[in-house]
Amino acid sequence: MSTNPSNESGARREPPAGERVADWADGRLGIYSLAKANMRKIFPDHWSFMLGEVCMYSFIIIILTGVYLTLFFHPSMNEVVYDGSYVPLQGQLMSEAFNSTMHISFEVRGGLLIRQIHHWAALIFLAGMFVHMMRVFFTGAFRKPREVNWLFGFLLFVLGMFTGFTGYSLPDDLLSGTGVRFMEGAILSVPIVGTYISMFLYGGEFPGHDFVARFYSIHILLLPGIMLGLMVAHLILVFYHKHTQFAGPGKTNNNVVGMPLLPVYMAKAGGFFFLVFGVIAAIAAIASINPIWGIGPYRADQVSTGAQPDWYMGFAEGLIRVMPGWEINLWGHTLVLGVFIPLVIFPLVLAAIAVYPFIESWVTGDKREHHILDRPRNAPTRTAFGVAWLTAYLVMLVGGGNDLWATHFHLSINAITWFVRITFFVGPVLAFIITKRICLGLQRRDRDKVLHGRESGIIKRLPHGEFIEVHEPLSQEQLHTLTAHEQYQPAEIGPLVDENGVERKLKGSQKLRAKLSTAYFGEENQIPKPTAEEYKEITSGHGHH
Amino acid sequence: MKKLSARRRHPLAAVVVLLLALAATGGLYAAFAPASKAQADETAQSLAIEEGKKLYQVGCASCHGTGGQGSSDGPSLVGVGAAAVDFQVGTGRMPAATSQGAQVPRKKTIYTQAEIDQLAAFVASLGAGPAVPTTNEYSPEGADLGRGGELFRQNCAQCHNFTGKGGALTHGKFAPTLEGVSPKHLYEAMQTGPQNMPSFPDTTLSSENKKDIIAYLDAVNSDETKNPGGLELGGLGPVSEGLFAWIFGLGALIAVAVWVAARTAKAKKS
Repeated sequence: MSTNPSNESGARREPPAGERVADWADGRLGIYSLAKANMRKIFPDHWSFMLGEVCMYSFIIIILTGVYLTLFFHPSMNEVVYDGSYVPLQGQLMSEAFNSTMHISFEVRGGLLIRQIHHWAALIFLAGMFVHMMRVFFTGAFRKPREVNWLFGFLLFVLGMFTGFTGYSLPDDLLSGTGVRFMEGAILSVPIVGTYISMFLYGGEFPGHDFVARFYSIHILLLPGIMLGLMVAHLILVFYHKHTQFAGPGKTNNNVVGMPLLPVYMAKAGGFFFLVFGVIAAIAAIASINPIWGIGPYRADQVSTGAQPDWYMGFAEGLIRVMPGWEINLWGHTLVLGVFIPLVIFPLVLAAIAVYPFIESWVTGDKREHHILDRPRNAPTRTAFGVAWLTAYLVMLVGGGNDLWATHFHLSINAITWFVRITFFVGPVLAFIITKRICLGLQRRDRDKVLHGRESGIIKRLPHGEFIEVHEPLSQEQLHTLTAHEQYQPAEIGPLVDENGVERKLKGSQKLRAKLSTAYFGEENQIPKPTAEEYKEITSGHGHH
Repeated sequence: MKKLSARRRHPLAAVVVLLLALAATGGLYAAFAPASKAQADETAQSLAIEEGKKLYQVGCASCHGTGGQGSSDGPSLVGVGAAAVDFQVGTGRMPAATSQGAQVPRKKTIYTQAEIDQLAAFVASLGAGPAVPTTNEYSPEGADLGRGGELFRQNCAQCHNFTGKGGALTHGKFAPTLEGVSPKHLYEAMQTGPQNMPSFPDTTLSSENKKDIIAYLDAVNSDETKNPGGLELGGLGPVSEGLFAWIFGLGALIAVAVWVAARTAKAKKS
């Protein structure tokens, strides 16, 4: 601990500068013990595990570009006359918000590029979260101990939707103004309190003079603040739980096979950040997004066709577009079901996917930890549910863009609307049935591959004239991968009467659970994977099969 | 007078009086009645009408009736004016015999401009209606772009989109894109309101205002329009942007992720 180098200068050389800096920092921050514990943290390698990274990096890009935009944006609805460099709008009245966005787009150095990076990154961020969520869903990565992290991720997606929506509204252009008007309509449709909430939110009659400033602080402070906190918590939990991995030789529920954080993952992740930034910047440089100069400033008396929200709000748009315009008039009050019902279905659709992990764990009654991922085919009911949900979501996206479907495919918009109305109910059911059949088919194929080997495509003629196809046995590794998953047995509720012949008291929930469990794991609903005995019997030298 | 008086009871006297009276009324009529309509002159206008009538009989009469009175297959053309003919035939919408679907689309023009003018002259002769505008009326020069944009968003964007990219109407009908539509045809469409479009006569939208709108469209939706942001993606708003973000944005990033994941560090060099 000597601080006097002159004492030992003969015996030891001066340590290099980097080491001294590290030593200095460690003595004050204690980073060594922290780094030691985490530097060799192992992460498994699979491209789908990088979807979360895409989201994180695009979020960082959004924050960085957003900071730049705040330097020039004026969140005010005061009316000004445009005198910027875009000729077709000169002399027009507009809000300061629109005016400053025009200024960012045309006069601020790099402003339009940064604006486009910000907006494209937002669309990609949401799309990335959507796909990341689907990856986690279809591989069963949400199972214990990751249920809370699943909810964190879900919250990030929902908050991302609203952060996006509030940001999209800030330029106060004709398109976003229509979106804000849409939101006002949805709020007004809420019985009893709707009018009050609307008046409170907009500071009086729509559009008022407040919503841009209010959305601004929600968009740049409140929601991103919460999201940043949630994202950190999300990452801490990923670290704490360790990453999941696909089944394979040497991979168990108690280990993680992959590469260490330092140096491999740091290099990979660092490089990947720049790749993500590069791709988004290239897209922003190539393609225009939200060209507000063409859209024009918002005026409550104007509207354009093709007024849609960004894609992540598209299914809400679809719900509104295809809903029949029902309303009930009673005692001088109007209940606008045509708007209120979609407003109720909107959170229900989102909640359906969020609560699924809890339903599944209740049905399986499985309290163990799972770190090995499922292949989607090995959980047919879950996979089918996911595809059914996606079908409903996509059908509503089609509904949200019904006018563009009509013009680009020369169809009748009314026919599309009816198609969407019917498919919203029928499509998920069909998707569920079809997906389940496909999963079971794939399970059967896996079973055949394990027992009989891979079809080699070589046809052989035997001496007595019979033709056979030669099957190549799988390697030990492949056999392991195909049979590593475990299969649940349907939950038993036991006999309905006890030993004395008295009817047992069973709760409704118990009966429901048994029914669901049979639907999940009953005879027709999963293919028993081949056992070692079956394998031995078949491969123990009876020749070909 | 005796002679006349003596023959007044002649059997042919009544006939002679009748003839005289007829000659007098006929002569008076010929002398005082307005001559223009009855006259068959040889001016260019009447020649055009004559030619237009011939073209009309071949190309239009089967639906619009031999006298332009209309039939179950086509509306009456009395009073639609030359502007309507110039627009409908000039954009190829008419003749519509080969068109199917909910609405007659724009297609290749089959008449020359001279023939269209003749047809227009004939239809105009059936009843008074808006005339074909002069270059002075529709030329975008000297118009107020900003005002045009405002008027466009106010009156046109509901169906034709912010910058005139078109949009859907009910039951397969649509508001067509305004890209590549000539200023004259834009003017005529506003003036006459073809198909599902409402008409904007000068009392609703003054000639100046029409010119402003044409100038605005010329600035934001023509071949020379430069989009400052890059590719326009159809100018259709968030739907095409979302599709682009998914396919090219997320698609490229997933491709990059697959590429990065495939290049893993190896413990030993094999």
